[in-house]
Amino acid sequence: MSEKLSRSSYDYLIVGNSTAAISAVEAIRRQDQAGNLAVVSGEPYPAYCTPLISYVLAGKIPESRMNYRRADFYQKMRVTTHLGHAVTEVRPEEHEVVLDDGAALGYGKLLLACGGAPIVPDLPGADLGGVFTFTRYADVARVRSWVQEHGVQEHGVQEAVVIGGGMIGVKAAEALQHLELRTTMVELLDRILAQALDERGSVLAQRALETAGVRVLTSRGAASLPGEEGRVNGVRLDTGALLPAQMVIVAIGVLPNTSLAAEAGVAVNRGVLVDDHMRTSLPDVYAAGDVAEGYDMLLGESRPIAIWPSAYLQGEVAGTNMAGGDQPFHGSVAMNSIQVCGLPTISVGLTEPARAEEVLEYNSPDGQNYRRLFLRDNRIIGAVFVGDIDRAGIITGLIREEIDVSEFKQKLIGRELGLLSLPKEYRKHKVMGPGMEV
Amino acid sequence: MKRIYTKEEYCIGCRLCEIYCIFEHSGHQTLVKAFRDEENLPEPAVMVEEEGPISFALQCRHCEDAPCVAACIAGAMTRDPETGVVHHDAEKCVGCWSCVMMCPFGGIHIDLEEGKVVSKCDLCGEEGIPACVLHCPNEALVYE
Repeated sequence: MSEKLSRSSYDYLIVGNSTAAISAVEAIRRQDQAGNLAVVSGEPYPAYCTPLISYVLAGKIPESRMNYRRADFYQKMRVTTHLGHAVTEVRPEEHEVVLDDGAALGYGKLLLACGGAPIVPDLPGADLGGVFTFTRYADVARVRSWVQEHGVQEHGVQEAVVIGGGMIGVKAAEALQHLELRTTMVELLDRILAQALDERGSVLAQRALETAGVRVLTSRGAASLPGEEGRVNGVRLDTGALLPAQMVIVAIGVLPNTSLAAEAGVAVNRGVLVDDHMRTSLPDVYAAGDVAEGYDMLLGESRPIAIWPSAYLQGEVAGTNMAGGDQPFHGSVAMNSIQVCGLPTISVGLTEPARAEEVLEYNSPDGQNYRRLFLRDNRIIGAVFVGDIDRAGIITGLIREEIDVSEFKQKLIGRELGLLSLPKEYRKHKVMGPGMEV
Repeated sequence: MKRIYTKEEYCIGCRLCEIYCIFEHSGHQTLVKAFRDEENLPEPAVMVEEEGPISFALQCRHCEDAPCVAACIAGAMTRDPETGVVHHDAEKCVGCWSCVMMCPFGGIHIDLEEGKVVSKCDLCGEEGIPACVLHCPNEALVYE
């Protein structure tokens, strides 16, 4: 009983400290200025910009720019932080969580925003020194110190292999090349960025990587990671070929961190299951961000969509509803904006031609710019932009709002994008906002 | 909060809004001096779209549920909880174009060479009337 009395207890407790958690904090404080609020995370620092770890590794931005919010954010939002302590258990009956140092924190409402974890393949040699995943801030220091310790000079780290040609792999390879390592990317599928881009987009992205000096091998898998004295010295491909490497980054995907939820009895599929208010199957327990299985409005089903904007929007909905609001989540659209060695690419929605009834395409005469729209039932369900990405969000808006574009679709391709491409009434509705007299 | 609204029926496409947006953010005291300092002229945060008889000016709508803030991976786009103004911090911007991907108005002005968002309406009239509205000769821009 005395233990119960001495434990800290919060009206709102958030497990996790990235974008979903931060937007939940902001949303809670819009609703409730008084309730006490705490954030707990195994990572010891204030919220940081996870996608920027490749920029820091490459030395393109200083560490000081990694903070996601201003230094006084937690103070201003009156958030108690428990950073550097992972949650090891959720006890829904007691309305409390247990930390790795044994302390218990009580909650009125709990948000699970504990993100995802990189997939580590069951490859012989995956536990050798010099083999890394690359999804967290701490990975920057680990990769950097490996390179520094083992030097880029003679006999040191000169060659690196990145396994996986998705978004994380591409950004990691770009950073390693920037550090003047000879970098090879190995992708199991026949093209890189296959989940984000269409085929032509993948070709252009691969060309950009190759122009920067990265060697790209597609339709190749890693069979094992040979090593010596506990250190990796290469990647054995499934073809039998050996790529020498003194460092390997494994970037084959991320899975939701569901174990905490599952062990507590929360319903879990691939991610934590949530309803349209981001509530889980247990009372007073919410989930948002990469850990959750959000509704994909284009596919009409729930699945984990591990992208930054979705995490933010889900966190906002969760926070609002935790604090007594009533805000439904309308669903996510998968989307990515990826700069590949200076080549801007944006993809939104479903970009497999097989799902579309009609495809509209534009290629600039110089071959540098490429735009493709995928349509079904007179609505845009997907879009790819390569090169000229200016004002691409106008298309994203049409996708998210499920606008019938049959009357003006030709205006959306083959010319500069602008609100002029839209019909007058819809444009006015957008620009003037509801209730404005025009 | 007060916002800038555009009335395309009244817009004559004179682009004075762009001129005064540039001037307001140039740091110069007079228009002539500002435009002599060509190299350091900022990009306008308001853009006029024009085709035949149709023209209108467009700037950031400072959306209540600003999708650019949700999308920004660098913490550069933030919404002031008190004023509602959506701010862009050029120091923090890494030019990932996530905001471009999300803004349904195409209201964000980018420079691919520079690798940054170069201008976005800061609602400079926070204390009064934004420069573009103040200098619109035909009341095609209103602040209400």
